[in-house]
Amino acid sequence: MSVSELQFQAGSVEAAPEQAIEGRSQWQLTWRRLRHDKMAVASVIVILLMTVLALIAPLIASLLHHPVDVAYPNTGLSAAGLPLSPGTHGFPLGTDYVGRDLLVRILYGARISLFVGLVTTAIATVAGVTIGMVAGYFGGWIDTVLARFIDAVLAFPVVVIALALAARFSPSLTIIIGVISFFSWAAISRIVRGQTLSLKEKEYIEAARSLGAGPWRIMFLDIMPNLMGPVIVLATLSIPQAIVFEATLSFLGIGIQAPTASWGNILAEAQNFYQEAWWYVVFPAAALLITTLAFNLLGDGIRDAMDPRTERIFNARTDRKNRKNSRSRAGLADPGSPLAATTDGS
Amino acid sequence: MPRDTGALEASLSDEVLVQVDNLVKYFPVRGGGLISRTIGQVQAVDGVSLTLRRGQTMGLVGETGCGKSTLARCIAGLIPITSGKVTFEGRDITNLSRRAMQPFRREIQMIFQDPYGSLNPRRRVGSIIGEPFAIHHISSGEQRKRAVQELMERVGLNPEHFNRFPAEFSGGQRQRIGVARALALRPKLIICDEPVSALDVSIQAQVLNLLADLQDDFGLAYLFIAHDLEVVRHVSHDVTVMYLGRIAEQGPKTPVYESPRHPYTAALLSAAPAADPDAAQARQRIILTGDVPSPINPPSGCRFHPRCPKAQGLCSEAEPELQSKPGDPAVHLTACHFPVQDGEILARAGRRQSR
Repeated sequence: MSVSELQFQAGSVEAAPEQAIEGRSQWQLTWRRLRHDKMAVASVIVILLMTVLALIAPLIASLLHHPVDVAYPNTGLSAAGLPLSPGTHGFPLGTDYVGRDLLVRILYGARISLFVGLVTTAIATVAGVTIGMVAGYFGGWIDTVLARFIDAVLAFPVVVIALALAARFSPSLTIIIGVISFFSWAAISRIVRGQTLSLKEKEYIEAARSLGAGPWRIMFLDIMPNLMGPVIVLATLSIPQAIVFEATLSFLGIGIQAPTASWGNILAEAQNFYQEAWWYVVFPAAALLITTLAFNLLGDGIRDAMDPRTERIFNARTDRKNRKNSRSRAGLADPGSPLAATTDGS
Repeated sequence: MPRDTGALEASLSDEVLVQVDNLVKYFPVRGGGLISRTIGQVQAVDGVSLTLRRGQTMGLVGETGCGKSTLARCIAGLIPITSGKVTFEGRDITNLSRRAMQPFRREIQMIFQDPYGSLNPRRRVGSIIGEPFAIHHISSGEQRKRAVQELMERVGLNPEHFNRFPAEFSGGQRQRIGVARALALRPKLIICDEPVSALDVSIQAQVLNLLADLQDDFGLAYLFIAHDLEVVRHVSHDVTVMYLGRIAEQGPKTPVYESPRHPYTAALLSAAPAADPDAAQARQRIILTGDVPSPINPPSGCRFHPRCPKAQGLCSEAEPELQSKPGDPAVHLTACHFPVQDGEILARAGRRQSR
C-alpha cells in the first residue's frame, strides 16, 4: 500500500461518519468463523508444532548428541541386538533396528513429509487451477481434450505407474514430487473446471468482455479470485493426501531411500520388529496419523467457515444465550415466540 | 432526456452513429444421440434494422424473450452475428476479431440489468471502475486513481468509497458503479440493457436522471432496452418495438406512443398502468390471449398473427413489410397488413373493460 493510499484512508475516516459501519469482507467473516472452531484451531496448533519440530530437527539432534544417520550399535541396541525401548540410554523414543535415535529420525521424516506435502500441493494447485480454468473458460474442443485427460489421470492405477517409474529411474525426491504432483492436480482441476463453467456465465464476465478484456485477463483477474474459496479447501485437503502418498511410496521402497529418514521407510523397517519393539511402529505411525488428521480437520474447518450457512449455527448459539439472559432480566417477553427470538438475535 | 420531441431529421446522415442492417442471430439447438447435431435454430433476432443517432436515445421495448438483449449483445460485439451488418461511424464492425474490435470497445459500452451480477464481488470498486483504463492501457497509478474518483463523483458516489467491495453498496449505488465503468472511456454509445428494471421506482428515477445528465454533458447516444413503456417514453427520442425477433413498429417516440399502428404496440400501451385514474377507467384494455410462440418454430407470415385481435387470412400467409403507413411521417414504420387506425378500438379476441 502506497503512502498516498494510507493518507487517503486516514482522511476518509475523518470525513465520512458512515465509515463507522465497516463492511466485512468474505475473508474476515471466514476468519471469524474459523477462530471459533475449536477443532480447526487445534489442528492449526498441531500443524504449527509439527512444522516447528521439523524445522528444528537438527537442533534437537545436536542437543541429544544423536545425529540422524549415526547408528549406535553398542549403546543403541539391547544385548539381543534389538531396538531399545523409549527412555533408555538417553533415547527418548527408543532406537531403530541399527541403533539410531527414533525421535530424531521421526523429526527428520517430518521434514520430508511436510516438504513433499507442501511442494506437491503447490504444484498441483497451480497446474490444477490453470488447466481447470482453461478447460472451463474456453470450452469447445479444448475442454473436451482437457476434460478427458483429467478423467484419464484420475483413472490411472497410481501405484503401478509409480512402480514402473521407480524401475525406470532411480527414485529421488524430484521424481517423487513429480509423480505425486502429476496425480494430484486432476482432482483440483475437475472442480475448478466446474466452477469456471458456472462463473463464466456471470454478467460481470460479460461486462469485462464488453470492456475489451482478453481471456487470460478474465480468467486470472475475474474468475480466479472467485475460485479461491474452494481451491484453498481443496489444497488443504490435498496436503495430507500427498503426505500419505509419499509414505506409501517410501513404505513400498520406491520413495525416499535409506539412509534418508521418511515416515514411510521407517515404517517399512519397523514391520519386522512389531512384536519386539512396539514403539518402532507406533511413533512414526502416530506422527503420520496426527499430521494428516490435523490437515484434514483444518480443511473441513475452512470449508465450514467459508460456507455462509454455518453463520446461522453460530447465530443460533448466541441467540440461545441472549434469550436466556434477556429472559432472566426482563421475564416479560415470551421466550418461545419467534418474534422474541428474532429481536433478541439482532 | 429528450427535450426536442419533434420529428427527427433523417436526412442528416452525419448524425448516424450506428447503423444496423438486417441483423440476424440464430442460436443452434443441439441434440440427438451420441454425436450432437443441430436439430433446430432459435431465431432470436431475425432481420432487424435500426439507426442510432449521435447524442440521442433509441428505446427498445418488447416482451421477455423477444430478442432485445440478444440484439444488444450483437451490436456490442459480444456474440457473433449470423448475418447482417453493423457499422459504427460508417466503419463495418460486423464480427470483428477481438483485437480488431478493441478500438471500438472504447466507443461502445454497456450497462447491465443486474446491479448485483454485473460487478465482480471479489474486486474493489476502484479496481472495477479502473478496469477499462487498465485494459486499454490508459494512465496508471495515482493518475488512474484520480480519474476513477472523478468518475465516482460524477455519477454521485462518494469517491472515498474507492476501496470498498460491491457488497457494501445498495442496488442503486451499484448501478451507479456500472454507469461509471461504462463512462470511463468516454464512449459515444452506451447500450443500457434494462438498467433500471432491478431497481426500486424511486431509485429508477435517480438513475434515469443521471443517464439524462450524462447524455447532455458528453453527447452520449443510448440504446435503451426496457420492458417498462413509461420509462422508455421518458428517456427516448426514438422507439423500436420488437416481437419474436422482428421489429413490429419503429419511429420517433411521439407518433409511436400517440398513434400506434401495430396491434401489438397498441396492446402493450393499453396494458401499461396509467397514472390518471379517470384515464385508466376510460381506457379499453386489450388483453392478448395465449403465450409468446417459441422462437424455434415461429408462426408463418406475421409472427404476431396467432395472438392478434385484427388477424385475417393474409396475416398467416404473407410476412408484412416494415414500412410507413399512409398518413404517418416517413420515419414511422409499421410491419402490419392491417394497421390500427387513429381512434380505432380493437374489438375482438379477449377485450374487456379495464375495471
